[in-house]
Amino acid sequence: MSHISEPGAGSAIGRAGSRYWRGKTSYLGALPFILFSGLFLLYPTYNVISGAFKNQQNKFSLSVINETLHSPITMGAFRNSLSISLRTAIAGSILGGLFAWALVTGKKKGFLYKISVALSSVLAQFGGVMLTFAFLATFGFNGVVSSLALHVAPNSFLASSTWLYGLNGLTVVYTFFQIPLMILVFLPTIENLRPQWREASDSLGGNSREYWTKIGFPVLTPSFAGAALLLFVNSFSAYATAATLINLSSFLTPLQIASALSSEVGGANPAEAKALSLLMVVVVTVVMILYSLLRRRVSKWEANR
Amino acid sequence: MKRTWKVQLWRRTIMGVVALYLLLPLYSMFDFSTKPFGFADNGRTLRAWKVIPSQPDLGVAIARSLITAGIVMLLILVMIVPTVIWVQLKLPKLRRPLELLCLLPLAIPAIVLVVGIAPLYRWISINLTESPITLAGVYSMLILPYTYRSLSAALDAVDIHTLAEAAQTLGASTFRMISGIIMPTIRTGIINGSFIAIALVLGEYTISNILNYKTIQVVIAQIGRSSGNVAVAVSLASLIFVLVLLLLVPSAKRRQEVLDVDLA
Repeated sequence: MSHISEPGAGSAIGRAGSRYWRGKTSYLGALPFILFSGLFLLYPTYNVISGAFKNQQNKFSLSVINETLHSPITMGAFRNSLSISLRTAIAGSILGGLFAWALVTGKKKGFLYKISVALSSVLAQFGGVMLTFAFLATFGFNGVVSSLALHVAPNSFLASSTWLYGLNGLTVVYTFFQIPLMILVFLPTIENLRPQWREASDSLGGNSREYWTKIGFPVLTPSFAGAALLLFVNSFSAYATAATLINLSSFLTPLQIASALSSEVGGANPAEAKALSLLMVVVVTVVMILYSLLRRRVSKWEANR
Repeated sequence: MKRTWKVQLWRRTIMGVVALYLLLPLYSMFDFSTKPFGFADNGRTLRAWKVIPSQPDLGVAIARSLITAGIVMLLILVMIVPTVIWVQLKLPKLRRPLELLCLLPLAIPAIVLVVGIAPLYRWISINLTESPITLAGVYSMLILPYTYRSLSAALDAVDIHTLAEAAQTLGASTFRMISGIIMPTIRTGIINGSFIAIALVLGEYTISNILNYKTIQVVIAQIGRSSGNVAVAVSLASLIFVLVLLLLVPSAKRRQEVLDVDLA
């Protein structure tokens, strides 16, 4: 039964009435999804945020947040998390950004271009257990690089695998998925650099360095910064890779949350898990808002082009 | 002339370094998986690859992951896609709230979502049943930003209001209009969104591990504790599988569309 196909049916009042109800019944169509996302998304979010502000007796209190923020273990993990995100965001955005530039200056849409994009979209999602295995097979005990180093330079840090389980190791491992993500995110932007600008700069007597410092970098900077922020969040939220590589639960905030949540170790502490989660949500939200502001600037520039 | 030569050198160096970074660990996986293990082997062996089918939990885990991915796909087709279309058509006031709702998971890391959902999940497993449905529910929320972005990009490209009016003038029911007319016109967007969803579900470890649901990734980790070679072989095999799967997807610009977020 369609209302649209019966123009002029019924009196003016009747029409107004049915239109009123039609407007209301339309909302029923969105109801299943609203209920579903309420159950699986909004309720968990509410649960985490409200839970962080409750004490053991389920009353409103800032004590858990207070304790969490003043615990040296928590702050150590948080600092590690921030540091690793910062380091991998910088390393990933520079290496990935340069690779994107190298791709674009090559043959447009050639084989190398296509295979790089396809491989990047797979490797950007390549995390967790499998990534850990890949790096153990490379730098771990009896790995490809470590056994080579054992022959060539037995005293170098590469010959033993202990470095892999620390901040430096995790940085190297995380950068593996940050580079392809950067390539995917940054490629469209760098493709937007007009060859005409280069020609204009050249014909006005500018050299290569002047082109990059006065035109290239200023145009690319907002997108580059935005992509780096995205990489930051990507690394900050990552859990699976660290969980399978590092056994120390107080090493990163996500690891600490997981150990506070599960009672395997003994003292399960859901309240602490929630307070730590809130900390993560706050960081991610702030970064995403910055990202969104930067994107807005980029699209404004792209629209005015 | 001199400049282009310099640029070429830079290009090659950068591409070489990055390619080495990304390909060496993959090669190492292959190397590791063909290493001799046990006394019976001398030299390289493919035994780790040959014993993959006889791993006890692996088949069940693959089936579980695929079923979960299937349910997620079903949720996308039956619930998410129609809702996005419906809101676009009839409920313009809900457009912005819906968009924000769909982008919310970007601000909620998976590990945080687990913390929030754990009590509910436990309740459902105890009182109802331990089925992949609950996990699929969580996953369908996790992938919302990606699905929503590819859907709304596809919807922006067609004039669905005219399509809808035409369909209803010709007497199509609402169901027919959405499933038979609008959904086929945006099928590329739906396919893209679904592929990203499946790749994410098959690679997901955080949530399933903490909720103690043995999906493929959880079982790979478990195999890794007893026999490294086999686990590495399985990882490489599944990586190749996902690569083939993603090569089948037409558009290569998926991720950018998806990540072009405007939260404010």
